[in-house]
Amino acid sequence: MTATIMAIPRHAVTDTAAEAIHVEDLHKKFGALHVLKGVSLSARDGDVVAIIGGSGSGKSTLLRCINCLENPTSGVIRVNGEEIRLKPDGNGSTLPADRKQIERVRSRLGMVFQSFNLWTHMTLIENVIEVPVHVLGVKREMAIIEAEKLLARVGLLEKRHVYPAFLSGGQQQRGAIARALAVQPRVMLFDEPTSSLDPELIGEVLGVIGDLAREGRTMILVTHEMKFAREVATRVVFLHEGRVEEEGPPDAIFGSPKSERLQQFIRRVG
Amino acid sequence: MTDSVFLSLAQTSMFELLAPTPPGWGGNLVRGFINSIGIGVGAFALGLVIGIGGAFGKLYGGPVRRDLLQVYTTLIRAVPELVLILLIYFAVPDLINRLLETLGYGRIDVSGPMAGIVALGFVQGAYATEVLRGAILAVPQGQIEAGRAFGMNPRMLMRRITLPAMLPFAIPGLANLWLVAFKGTALLAVVGFNELTLETRQAAGTTKAYFTFFMAAGVLYLLLTLISNVLIGRVEHWARRGRQPIAESR
Repeated sequence: MTATIMAIPRHAVTDTAAEAIHVEDLHKKFGALHVLKGVSLSARDGDVVAIIGGSGSGKSTLLRCINCLENPTSGVIRVNGEEIRLKPDGNGSTLPADRKQIERVRSRLGMVFQSFNLWTHMTLIENVIEVPVHVLGVKREMAIIEAEKLLARVGLLEKRHVYPAFLSGGQQQRGAIARALAVQPRVMLFDEPTSSLDPELIGEVLGVIGDLAREGRTMILVTHEMKFAREVATRVVFLHEGRVEEEGPPDAIFGSPKSERLQQFIRRVG
Repeated sequence: MTDSVFLSLAQTSMFELLAPTPPGWGGNLVRGFINSIGIGVGAFALGLVIGIGGAFGKLYGGPVRRDLLQVYTTLIRAVPELVLILLIYFAVPDLINRLLETLGYGRIDVSGPMAGIVALGFVQGAYATEVLRGAILAVPQGQIEAGRAFGMNPRMLMRRITLPAMLPFAIPGLANLWLVAFKGTALLAVVGFNELTLETRQAAGTTKAYFTFFMAAGVLYLLLTLISNVLIGRVEHWARRGRQPIAESR
């Protein structure tokens, strides 16, 4: 794996591709704090949507609402055309109406967290086969074969029997990506995957994510790595204070930003 | 001076007194010891089951369940164990029997060991609830969140993630509880259950060799603690697999 990020040829996403993620007029309040103020977002199969924005702009909250790690206050979320059924929670927010539906939807979304969140009491390969075996009902032997392929792919096959605490941050995050890939996700969700890594470890993780983008995986990526977002994204969404301030193809967003806030943001993060 | 008196007394009669068969009392002591272990294990196991339910109930249950559990842990931890044992040993069976009679059923006999296990287990459960609640709270939120994000249902989350992840944090507290449970069986002497302390008192009272028998009982209690420490150490080592070893203080 190369540490440098190569320019990745962008694959074409056809207009007829099915909509993998559809978010409409999403609101999220934490108490009095209004984090998302009516966000809409759409990702078709093969899209790589990069969500950028300043700290506190709501990017992580938006991503976490897609698989209901946060319950939206109001709005519509569709995953693979299936609308997540929400019911009022009695406090002016919502709860998933059907727990089984949420669990089914989640099991096909590959989430990668900022702080890796590999399960510490399991070895790397146990982490990777956990969801296929226990949630998706794959036979253990089959899951192990798949897991070894995935770990080889992220360059961690020799580390498969090592516990996460004995791996570097970059290795843990690559392992977490293998865990997400093991569920054969329709969409991968990355929540600032390199933000808690030492600078010299960022490249190896971005290399893996870049490869996935190149092979046409559908993904939504919350990131602070602007150069990377420009290279791999098919679309970039700029969030500011809980609203989509501007969105478009990466060259337009980074090359000729229209709104003043985006211009300021790009100047600031360089 | 007094030491040498004790010593000569102990030396002349100790082995005869502690012989495993009558007229020696060793067999009685061992029987009491085994009874104590049995009750201790039963009470600890019951306490663990109550504790797991209680901890999850307190953390994730609805308001009614949380309040009920709060009442349970507060009351049980406020009242002396001895009072609770007397209560459960005498009052609860009486209550059950009265209830059974009103409903037209016959009386039941509550066996000594069973009442002992229930009484001590009930006390253990209150403490275990708090130990386990603390341990669950110590699990990094991201561990549980990752389980949710991959579609685990609450039961699987508890079985596959939360319980194994909280174990390293729970073991020191649970080890305390186990030793307390085992020593707590001595309280059952007051209700006439033949555990180690009662057997010892009977042997000592009959032979007047108080020193010998209470020392012997002390050694047995200590022996179990030492064996427990070894076993707990192994369990802890296993539970901490996947964690960086920390420099042990010695």
